[in-house]
Amino acid sequence: MKPSTYQIRAEAAINDPVLQRALANLQQRLGRGAADGYRRFPEGPELRLKGHAIRMKAIENLDILLDALADKIEKNGGYVHFAADGEAAVKQCIDIARTHHVSLAVKGKSMLTEEIGLNSGLEAAGIETVETDLGEYIVQLAGEAPSHIIAPAIHKTREAVGRLFEDKLGIPYTDDPPTLTLAARQALRTKFLNAEMGISGCNLACAQTGHITTLSNEGNIRMATTLPRVHVAFMGMERIVADLKDHEILFRLLSMGAAAQNMAGYVSYVGGPAEKGRTDGPEAFHLIIVDNGRSRILADTDFREMLCCIRCGACLNMCPVYGKIGGHAYGSAYSGPVGAVVNPLLTGINRAADLCLGESLCGACMPACPVNIDIPRMLLMLRTKLAEGDASWNVKIKNRVEQAAFTAWSYLIRNRFIYEMFLNGAAIGQQFLPARQNMILRLPFAGRGWTQNRDLRRLAPHSFIQRYRIESARGKKDETTRAG
Amino acid sequence: MRVTLFVQCLVDSLYPEVGEAMVALFDRLGISVHVPVDQTCCGQPAFNAGYRKAARVAATHFIEIFEDAEVIVCPSGSCVSMVRHHYPDLFKSDEKWLDRAVGIGQRTFELSQYLVDVLGIDDVGAGYDGRVTYHDSCHLLRGLGVAEQPRRLIRNIRGAELIEMKDADTCCGFGGTFAVKYPEISVAMVDEKISNIVASGADTVTGCDISCLMNIQGRLSRIGSPVKTIHLVQLLAG
Repeated sequence: MKPSTYQIRAEAAINDPVLQRALANLQQRLGRGAADGYRRFPEGPELRLKGHAIRMKAIENLDILLDALADKIEKNGGYVHFAADGEAAVKQCIDIARTHHVSLAVKGKSMLTEEIGLNSGLEAAGIETVETDLGEYIVQLAGEAPSHIIAPAIHKTREAVGRLFEDKLGIPYTDDPPTLTLAARQALRTKFLNAEMGISGCNLACAQTGHITTLSNEGNIRMATTLPRVHVAFMGMERIVADLKDHEILFRLLSMGAAAQNMAGYVSYVGGPAEKGRTDGPEAFHLIIVDNGRSRILADTDFREMLCCIRCGACLNMCPVYGKIGGHAYGSAYSGPVGAVVNPLLTGINRAADLCLGESLCGACMPACPVNIDIPRMLLMLRTKLAEGDASWNVKIKNRVEQAAFTAWSYLIRNRFIYEMFLNGAAIGQQFLPARQNMILRLPFAGRGWTQNRDLRRLAPHSFIQRYRIESARGKKDETTRAG
Repeated sequence: MRVTLFVQCLVDSLYPEVGEAMVALFDRLGISVHVPVDQTCCGQPAFNAGYRKAARVAATHFIEIFEDAEVIVCPSGSCVSMVRHHYPDLFKSDEKWLDRAVGIGQRTFELSQYLVDVLGIDDVGAGYDGRVTYHDSCHLLRGLGVAEQPRRLIRNIRGAELIEMKDADTCCGFGGTFAVKYPEISVAMVDEKISNIVASGADTVTGCDISCLMNIQGRLSRIGSPVKTIHLVQLLAG
């Protein structure tokens, strides 16, 4: 079978020693760091379970909460738009930009805008759009996609950034991080001062107060949302909680999950444009609340839990598969375990089949998640849809041959006599396979993958049960009884 | 007292010596053993690959065979996790079978869990000459919460020195059909595991799931490493 894009990209990442080191460092620092951090919460690690309950409650009351949020923001002089899909959201933003005669926009990091392809939409409409998060800026200059939710340029070395800046910013080559950061800062400062529009995501919204919250560690989001005349914020429709009490808990969980911090460096609450008579803040504030497939997830009780996700990236930092293949293999803004569930649901389960099949179901993502989402359960559900087909999600059976094999297997395993005949046959058949001592060196058919770089223990000439039966028959054991 | 052995299909067909070690261990502890000879597989391979209908067939067979057992002990964390956590899921819309599934789950234990938590035994009087490192298998650790029990058992083996490796709780890359379908990723993961095993200075790697050990052994064999893989129960029976 031809390797998939996922496999090709995964293999490229595995064979990139620089990336491998970067991923290992990231996981040790952030993954283990967050795990320690959860234990240090004053409320104890159970706070994650509380976070889960808060998120589920919010998801089940989305209509009411979003209504309250919109109401308050409009009262404060802001505008709220609901976009059914990515295209509508991008168009909305372009319309706002045209109304305000915007030719340059600066952006804070937002995964949602990656999901809906905002940058290319704005560029096509003639609006220059500049990422201001250092990692995102590097990735944008390089014409690449982010490879981690929180650390988008984790795949780039400082030498690569040095060459990139030499080429794109015209500075002399250096691989000194402070010098490179300063160069980015200088280049971005001009953009900040000239931009007519600032674009941000929304880490969390609060219905009670009617504000959205943005978190960053570089201060760039605050600058991007306060300096330009217009602020447009994009929010996934699920990213809301009921009140400030819930907000405070979620916000600590998010900071810990994302960066093993008690609190992110810069936190902004935005509830509308600058108040009358005040000079700080934009003249106009627009919030675009995006559905883009989320209603469908909400409607399915098997997957509703996925809307609890606050996109912190903590699961990436513990996932051993992500730790080997990096973010680009997933072919989407969302990588790692969250990507393996969200991408199939948003873009088609058959289309993104590799993502939910191409991991080991080790379960490390669940304790890593600050809101304890049962990602393994949903991966198993997705696999069932691929294996057996599912009309409600338009899933076609992925592999008829495999399905037939498992059906045949289900006949074998219900009868020990037939099962043993099969085992005995296989034990004879394996004698024709190349082997050394007790290890098979090459398997045929579907087993080829195993022996590509590994050996396999031979089947025993007699199974344990056969040996046990023989022993028992000799009278050494008298306990055995045939069940059934 | 009598325990009923659920030997796991991989042990049955590939590593029968692990099953025999279980029998020998319980013999030494003076606990009588019952082995239902009609057992085959708990259904986990099908379930993890998404084939729930096929998995339900296996689960039904399993429940029928083990229903009368007072205590079921298995040398695999992932099989026990399957019976305990996923059987109820498989039969969630079939009340009659659901009750039977839940009941059997409550009586099914992984070996180290049964010895330490149920019997209160952490020294089985075993001996082994070697430096041993322990690999936490995923479903045993995260599904059943078993981490300390096998370590306590190993520490009490005469002559054995338990050495912790880095990231002992990280997946070895087995993952059932994943290992066959995505061999590059799976092997990259097992290579990382092996480098941690080697760096620990241990000469033997042990664990409570033969599937992980089969994966680690398969790679060790291919690269010609002298590190030995051995199931915990074989150490305990030694």
